[in-house]
Amino acid sequence: MMSTCKHASELMSQGQDRTLGPVERLQLRLHLLICKRCRRVEQQFGLLRAAIRRCRDDS
Amino acid sequence: MFFNIILHNIPSKASPQAQAIEAEGAYLLRYAQLQLRNPAQAEDAVQETLLAAIEGIARFSGKSSLRTWLTGILKHKIIDQLRRSAREQAFDVDDDRAEAEAIDALFAGDGHWRGMPSDWGNPDAALENSRFRAAFELCLQRLPERSARVFTMREVMDMSTGEICQELQITPTNCWVMLHRARLTLRECLELNWFDGSRR
Repeated sequence: MMSTCKHASELMSQGQDRTLGPVERLQLRLHLLICKRCRRVEQQFGLLRAAIRRCRDDS
Repeated sequence: MFFNIILHNIPSKASPQAQAIEAEGAYLLRYAQLQLRNPAQAEDAVQETLLAAIEGIARFSGKSSLRTWLTGILKHKIIDQLRRSAREQAFDVDDDRAEAEAIDALFAGDGHWRGMPSDWGNPDAALENSRFRAAFELCLQRLPERSARVFTMREVMDMSTGEICQELQITPTNCWVMLHRARLTLRECLELNWFDGSRR
């Protein structure tokens, strides 16, 4: 069963806050394999985290 | 006074001990009012404390003073009130619905992205870019207050979800929902205020 982008974005977000379960990781990996939009959002989430660390550590 | 109403409802317990508990009512109410700004909540906490004390008087060992024992119960009741109001705030407020709707609007009816997210390119290059930094700070300021608070605790103060839940007395699910919203709102704001602008 394919998860929606909305669900995938929830898993990508929660992946930054907790360890995802094996089923969740598999669901997300399969979704990212076929969804370019979500791959971009995953990259953007990574940049958000990096940006906030940079802001914090510079100031 | 409201304590009397409670005591009269439990006639068999109108013992000297129950009277001693009632005598502490005014003290407990002052104590609760200092911790809870809402007078109705303070009264509720004291009523719950008195009820619990009368029902559980057998557990009062007499090692501490009655006032100390009652205050110990009251502290738990006050925490319950704080939790309750945090939960009500989290679900009741119009802001919450507006935020949820804004997030839903990012997705089409079938749950897929409405637009094509942009390729933000090399992260290091973006981070060095002063326009990105300015847009990022602007977008952080625009986050709705509750999401911003949770996001700041998580990302700036590096707190775990567990610590945030404890601090704000919210459930982990609630916490993840707010973090998800914060991240989606931030990325959308950056698309509009940084990426689209840099293409022009």
